[in-house]
Amino acid sequence: MEHTSQFCTFYLDKLLFGVELKGVQEVIRSLEMTKVPLAPEVVSGLINLRGQIVTAVDLRRRLELEPAPPGVRAVNVVVRSEDGAVSLLVDEIGDVVEVEESSFETPPETLRGSVRSMILGVHKLDDRLMHVLDIEKACRMTEMAEAASVG
Amino acid sequence: MSDDEIVKDFLVESYENLDRLDRDLVGLERNPRDREALAGVFRTIHTIKGTCGFLGFTKLEKVAHVGENLLTRLRDGQLVLNPEITTALLGMVDAVRQMLKEIESTGRDGEIDYPELRDTLTRLQQSAEGPGKGEAAPQVRAKAAIPKTSVSDAAPQAGSKPAEIQEVSRKEEEEADSRPMIETSVDQVAARPAEEGETVRTQQSQGGQSHASESTVRVNVGLLDKVMTLVGELVLARNQVLQFAGRMKDAGFLAVSQRLNLITTELQEGVMKTRMQPIGNIWGQFPRTVRDVALGCGKQVNIVMEGKETELDKTIIEAIKDPLTHLVRNSVDHGIELPEQRVKAGKDRTGRLVLRAFHEGGQVNIEISDDGGGLNVDRLRNKALERGLISAEQAKRMTEHEIFNLIFLPGFSTAEKVTNVSGRGVGMDVVKTNVERIGGSVDVQSTAGQGTTVRVKIPLTLAIIPALVVTCGGDRYAIPQVSLLELVRLEGEKVSKGIELVHGAPVYRLRGRLLPLVYLNRELGVLGDANSALATDGAVNIVVLQADERQFGLVVDQINDTEEIVVKPLRKQLKTIRTFAGSSIMGDGKVALILDVLGLAQRASVVTESRERTLTDKVTDAAAAAAEKHTFLLFSGPGDSRMAIPLSTLARLEEFPVAQVEMSGSQWVTQYRGQILPLIRLTVVMEERRARLRALQAPPAADAGPIQVLVLNHEGRSFGLVVEQILDIVDDRANVKSAATRPSVLYSVVIGDRVTELLDITAILASADSAVARAIPIGRAAKAAN
Repeated sequence: MEHTSQFCTFYLDKLLFGVELKGVQEVIRSLEMTKVPLAPEVVSGLINLRGQIVTAVDLRRRLELEPAPPGVRAVNVVVRSEDGAVSLLVDEIGDVVEVEESSFETPPETLRGSVRSMILGVHKLDDRLMHVLDIEKACRMTEMAEAASVG
Repeated sequence: MSDDEIVKDFLVESYENLDRLDRDLVGLERNPRDREALAGVFRTIHTIKGTCGFLGFTKLEKVAHVGENLLTRLRDGQLVLNPEITTALLGMVDAVRQMLKEIESTGRDGEIDYPELRDTLTRLQQSAEGPGKGEAAPQVRAKAAIPKTSVSDAAPQAGSKPAEIQEVSRKEEEEADSRPMIETSVDQVAARPAEEGETVRTQQSQGGQSHASESTVRVNVGLLDKVMTLVGELVLARNQVLQFAGRMKDAGFLAVSQRLNLITTELQEGVMKTRMQPIGNIWGQFPRTVRDVALGCGKQVNIVMEGKETELDKTIIEAIKDPLTHLVRNSVDHGIELPEQRVKAGKDRTGRLVLRAFHEGGQVNIEISDDGGGLNVDRLRNKALERGLISAEQAKRMTEHEIFNLIFLPGFSTAEKVTNVSGRGVGMDVVKTNVERIGGSVDVQSTAGQGTTVRVKIPLTLAIIPALVVTCGGDRYAIPQVSLLELVRLEGEKVSKGIELVHGAPVYRLRGRLLPLVYLNRELGVLGDANSALATDGAVNIVVLQADERQFGLVVDQINDTEEIVVKPLRKQLKTIRTFAGSSIMGDGKVALILDVLGLAQRASVVTESRERTLTDKVTDAAAAAAEKHTFLLFSGPGDSRMAIPLSTLARLEEFPVAQVEMSGSQWVTQYRGQILPLIRLTVVMEERRARLRALQAPPAADAGPIQVLVLNHEGRSFGLVVEQILDIVDDRANVKSAATRPSVLYSVVIGDRVTELLDITAILASADSAVARAIPIGRAAKAAN
């Protein structure tokens, strides 16, 4: 039997992304958010997750995608990073998919820039590609600050 | 359990045991015949030795082994503890500690096996058997009276090395002065009844286990923090349930939610308590510190501790450990004089260092007092001049108390010679900085020839702090109350008149001094419109803050309220933003950021110049103020008389509706910030007797408007002074004085061109107390007066 793993999938600007299910703490519909002035732009704000204060990251901005069209209510995908829980804001939540390791491929050489370090690769699903997100890299804020100052 | 875990447990346990050893040994030195303490020390070392033999740390085992041998002699009464032995044993404790550190970092017990230390310990141990056969013999016989178990450890040891003993005994004979001590010990042993040996044996059979371990559990701090967080969240949920229950009008549900309310409150208190630790936990090491420092500089010092059980939050305990250690070392090194000097000054040879901790007004006070020579005002003044910390003119104007507090300036040290403890010009300023970082304060008082007291005031907990909540750009921010000085609200035409520009930089004249203004929305970049603060309701709210001894005004959109907030640190990703000190969850469940006043001030360039300069400035200001102007609060008292008190005595101005005033005996009181605040009416203390009695008995008239109260702090007491009307705050020299015309008045002065009575607060308090005491039966007097 081949080794398989489970991914929690979500959409960002019509692209399908996935993070390993075991790294996901929970998924929550929109919560009230407090802005953090002076923070890097990718930080959307702070949310109160049952008494725990969690930083919310605008994943579209983080991945250098177009900003979300107005009216889209982001969903919080709360992941566990080395530095505690971080909420990734995504457009829409997808299914939990089970993929075989053989369907994985590293990103093509033509994918360049800072985004490359955050995308481990893709899983070739039947109808589309699922981008595998590196949770640690996506949550690391020192890079974010740099990305913000560059962008 | 894996090997690693066993080693980890061994380390944790041993560190704790070593700390206790330090204490016990110093205690024993004072009271060498305390057999129970000795047995405890012996057990501890024995346990360490046993465990490291089991874990294969042979070098550590060797060191512990010789220590144990020496302790065996002590325990069996063949030797009596003297300073030399104590020093050697403490040296062993240090060596063991060093080796444990080595094990912690490398997993092995290191390369050094302390041959010198072991030699010393062995030599001291053998001094018991040392002096010739004739004297040793009765000792052995005496020992035979004691049950065998307590000696069994020592017996084979002594027997196995006869040659060595012979050799050392010759050396020992030269050290004649150690002999009388041994002889006394022999007498002691001979005279000791047999039951005492019994008790030692019973304790022995219990092994190295301490009794405390049965009633306590070790809990991971992370787990405690998590429980604390969840309780905070439960409190919020409870609040929502209560609101809901109020609307539901369902009796059953209401009852259940009330129960939930009570349980939650109790749970919250309980969890808060788990984070509290007695201050004794860090004081425990001080006897050793004091002993070492005192021995190092040839002094004799007794340490006395009061209020060891005073509890503080764990994080605070950790934060004040180093500053307190420094203060204690300093007191021994600088404060207490050499024995000869003390005798010359007519004092006891042995100095006294008193540590005192107690709760007061939601804060913990820690006092470190010595009975030494006190601070020398002239020397401090000259030193400060020499170092260029103050100008000659300032020096002349400074009060004694201000000069004492110069010792907290960076680069200030009066120690004539640099010792290894202090006198290097670092220290006291670091103490001050560290204490202030956790929201505390340091103050020093001294009387020449009688001693010095350093008083440290710190908050009970960092986890929950009082804060002012303000709104800016639609979001709420919390400002820690410790940085808050006052609030100013400008309305109408005062807005355009009050705020002036110094080449574009906005300032406000606060009692004649220019206060730089910082607009929070501009600093945070939350709203593009610079005038939004003005736009809200035409008024300007200025929060006057103190950062690093400098004042500035923070302009915010709206001032909400003061609240107790639970501080949660920011995640690593946001820690780099110096403007925020943390975050907190507000009553409605939303998150608010806590402003770091110092960070904000630095961002806004309020604090740019070096710290030394600001401190010097402050000293000048204070000195100038003391010499020239006083700030007074003007108000009208009974019969429309114009009265004043110095603003420095005032804590707050409050307005209470009459309904909130309650009677305690015949004393008016009100509930204020979780305390009972006695309200003193000037009519009661100042009117002539008949009117006074009438006024005293009267409860507050229910239909009257709200009462104006000055909340004062005087000599540690908080009380409210009920006045007719608050008039103004003025700066005045108050030069023209005349004697008082009635009691409770210090003197009449001319303030703002009108005659004003300056109140004597001490007299008012005394007279209020006695008025209450006279009017009610004696038994209740004390209660009501409080």
